[in-house]
Amino acid sequence: MIGISHYLILSGLLFSIGFMGVLRRKNLLMLFFATEVMLNAVNIAFAAIGNYYGDLSGQMFAFFIIAVAASEVAVGLGLLIILYKKYHTLDLDVISTMKG
Amino acid sequence: MYEFIAFYIFAISTVILFSITVFSKNVLYSMTSLAAGMVMISGFFFLLGADFLGVVQLIVYVGAVMALYAFAMMFFDTTKDVKEKYNSPRLVFLLGGLMAVVFVIIFSAPIIGENLQVLSPITDGVGNAQAVGKVLFTKYLIPFEVAAIMLLVAMVAGIILAGKKMDKSLTTTVLPLVDKESEDEILKKESR
Repeated sequence: MIGISHYLILSGLLFSIGFMGVLRRKNLLMLFFATEVMLNAVNIAFAAIGNYYGDLSGQMFAFFIIAVAASEVAVGLGLLIILYKKYHTLDLDVISTMKG
Repeated sequence: MYEFIAFYIFAISTVILFSITVFSKNVLYSMTSLAAGMVMISGFFFLLGADFLGVVQLIVYVGAVMALYAFAMMFFDTTKDVKEKYNSPRLVFLLGGLMAVVFVIIFSAPIIGENLQVLSPITDGVGNAQAVGKVLFTKYLIPFEVAAIMLLVAMVAGIILAGKKMDKSLTTTVLPLVDKESEDEILKKESR
């Protein structure tokens, strides 16, 4: 039988894939994709823990995470379009203005 | 047995698809594999008995969010491969591996937790969507309303940020009643 540990280990694995993407990527659009991966991994963990305890709160938190992710994408893509109009690239090395 | 097979199919495919998302050089490949991975993730929700959450995942993530990304692709040049300069790839892999260990420990912490109590229990004989609706509109009503306001604010912000130059749109311009040729000239002047 599939226990909660399977789901949690899978969720940790997916989260670390997304985290590695956030660390590794220099393109802003790819950074957005990596954050989506991380949010989805956390959703799996919430649903699995809720199922394990027979509690609906886990699913509720997953719903609110989905709502936050949707609004994050709406605002973030607007900002990306403005950045692209200004710099004609989404590379962080080009966009960054601070030294260090 | 079926749960076992389904879990491993979904697990392997999500890990592979999200790895493609993170490590691919082409934006279109990574977007497509992200959408496919989200479909597979909704499979986990159906396995866990969270039917409504799985449907919401399919509609909101695969439907709305990925369509939004696909529309945003029109503004960017996606045919070229993404060129990135890596300063210290070894350090990134070391940090990523360490964080993986830390996250596995954090996420598996509820296994050893003892003084946890169930606040809104799943009752038998009630469908998942019904139970979710009851809890959402009683206990989580205020967070639900706040989430609605947040989505409205995000929608307004997205429209304003992306549509700065859209005040000279063709649909909102009131044209005087003139013949076809001069109408086209007015539209050209307006769009400048």
